[in-house]
Amino acid sequence: SPLFHKFLKEALNKVPKDKCVTVRDALNQAMDEELERDERVFLLGEEVAQYDGAYKVSRGLWKKYGDKRIIDTPISEMGFAGIAVGAAMAGLRPICEFMTFNFSMQAIDQVINSAAKTCYMSAGLQAVPIVFRGPNGASAGVAAQHSQCFAAWYAHCPGLKVVSPWNSEDAKGLLKSSIRDDNPVVFLENELLYGVPFEMSEEAQSKDFTIPIGKAKVERAGSHITLVSHSRYVGHCLDAAAVLAKEGIECEVINLRTIRPMDVESIEASVMKTNHLVTVEGGWPQFGVGAEICARIMEGSAFNYLDSPVTRVTGVDIPMPYAKILEDHSLPQIKDIIFSVKKTLNV
Amino acid sequence: EYEPSHIYLNRAVSAGAAAVVSARTYADFTNEATFEIKKCDTFKLDEGPATQVVMTRDEGLQYYRTMQTMRRMELKADQLYKQKIIRGFCHLYDGQEACAVGIEAAINLSDHLITAYRAHGYTYTRGGTVKKIMAELTGRRGGIAKGKGGSMHMYCKHFYGGNGIVGAQVPLGAGVALACKYQGNSELCVCLYGDGAANQGQIFETYNMAALWKLPVIFICENNGYGMGTSVERAAASTDYFKRGEFIPGVRVDGMDVLCVREASRFAADYCRSGKGPILMELQTYRYHGHSMSDPGVSYRTREEIQEVRSKSDPISMLKDRMLSNNMASVEELKEIDVEVRKEIEDAAQFATTDPEPPLEDLCNHIFHNNPPLEVRGTNPWSKLKSVS
Repeated sequence: SPLFHKFLKEALNKVPKDKCVTVRDALNQAMDEELERDERVFLLGEEVAQYDGAYKVSRGLWKKYGDKRIIDTPISEMGFAGIAVGAAMAGLRPICEFMTFNFSMQAIDQVINSAAKTCYMSAGLQAVPIVFRGPNGASAGVAAQHSQCFAAWYAHCPGLKVVSPWNSEDAKGLLKSSIRDDNPVVFLENELLYGVPFEMSEEAQSKDFTIPIGKAKVERAGSHITLVSHSRYVGHCLDAAAVLAKEGIECEVINLRTIRPMDVESIEASVMKTNHLVTVEGGWPQFGVGAEICARIMEGSAFNYLDSPVTRVTGVDIPMPYAKILEDHSLPQIKDIIFSVKKTLNV
Repeated sequence: EYEPSHIYLNRAVSAGAAAVVSARTYADFTNEATFEIKKCDTFKLDEGPATQVVMTRDEGLQYYRTMQTMRRMELKADQLYKQKIIRGFCHLYDGQEACAVGIEAAINLSDHLITAYRAHGYTYTRGGTVKKIMAELTGRRGGIAKGKGGSMHMYCKHFYGGNGIVGAQVPLGAGVALACKYQGNSELCVCLYGDGAANQGQIFETYNMAALWKLPVIFICENNGYGMGTSVERAAASTDYFKRGEFIPGVRVDGMDVLCVREASRFAADYCRSGKGPILMELQTYRYHGHSMSDPGVSYRTREEIQEVRSKSDPISMLKDRMLSNNMASVEELKEIDVEVRKEIEDAAQFATTDPEPPLEDLCNHIFHNNPPLEVRGTNPWSKLKSVS
């Protein structure tokens, strides 16, 4: 009856729905909520305040929180990263933005020697609760000096936590956890993901929503082969899995979420089920994330469950070229993942 | 490869120059005139660049043509970027032409120059052709870096780019100067950076070593008032960039006047070549575009400000007015140059949009120099690619 339909419609409108939020807005929400929650939290970096952020991730924050909490710095990475670390040592909780992680190389001494190692060197006396965040890895047409992935470099160092979110829930939950963590966290975002909308559950929209650092997530269950990835390539893996499913190959896709500490147990549990493993990353192959996964699998209980060697899908081992055709061939495509899955399964 | 000959007919530009040879000299035009230019503020110098300078008709025509070519090239790049034929980063130089042209007028092609990412103009003045520059922007095999570098990574003889990391080019420039001194060749290095970069620590480290070791380097700060979206007042405790070398003498120059820039650069080059060590020039200039094509350029400055500079201080207009009011050229003659320039840009854009992209075989080449061929891992272990020097 019309009355019932009207009643149903009103009831449905009251039911909270999942909504779509871009990664950019999820990061913005995370920072906004943490700035509100803890007055020791502040953000500094180039163009973060009055410009609303070079990639608009900090949009609206300066207007809301002002000069004291949102600070525009000169182009002085080594200097302002050091200043941020010092502020963290003295009781504040800075978020230090690098416009891209390529520019973090200017400041890497402060990240490693001043932030990462200090808790250890002081035998626990001096904590450094700082988050270094910014876009990492390849973008589109920005050429060699602006396209490097720093996951492997930072994850090499004890004393650092290295986080690499994929979707909006990851971005928000992991950034909040990173800000609340009392240790230096390198938070690797991806510029190409900023504008991508993802469904965000009602739970994820709450101000208390956090995702634990150090725990991977199985994004798609499967029985034939395990795909492990981080950041943007999680999406590529899911796309490849959809294509492969049509051919009867069921991929289990694991989103690492955290590079260091790596959730090897989740990978092992999956490999013990599927017996095959492919790692997928945008970074270079040598001494990379995939290389580390291979080593850890070899050293652990899952090794005996492998029916074939682990396959690494990576960026091509060259500086990033500018021309589109060359750039497209420098990074893993979905077809490369599909090809590698089939080779690994010997089909 | 580069083609310097089209840029300057006459390179003997010191006072008391030899007879000027020109292709088309009309008997009723003034062949040279003396101009009064702005006095430069100096720092730790007893005297500064001359304020009365001579410009010949041919020099004027060449500066005009070069600046107009740079201007139209950048505007074409704007167009192509909006059509998504150029991608990634694109930092345009329109408004700042007098800097590149004035500097090059005072040095030789055998000298050296390095700058940051707003580099298309310098690539041209240093000998790159419009065709090769535009084809690099569009990522084609005919580009000056074979399509592999893009906007920020163009190189040619004695021009070391095109550098993407703010400030990093400054120590590089001092290093080039060290090589010049080491090799005893009387060459110098012009080392450019912006007002934003001026706050980089590595620049101060470089000032120290350049002064200590008396390196033949001219540090030039192109102060266009903004480091991306941050005005100089919000970034620098001292905006007297020409003084920030502390123990390095400095000159502050009107960067919108090509003759001011030329005179100051001659002054600086003489200083350097006499073995006195480094010198610092601040060029006060202005960019019409935003920081890059992804920055509209009006959130941190007003349209009125941009319009004011365009109408009162445009370098090309200023030169044109000087030449016309001193009877050094005719309106028609300058219009003809405009037409020729437009055609050159159109032809270059045509090439840049039709030349094929680089071949895939080139993907892994040029990793090393002078190296035997090596195998490069592709995206998966079965992909073995070839790399040659």
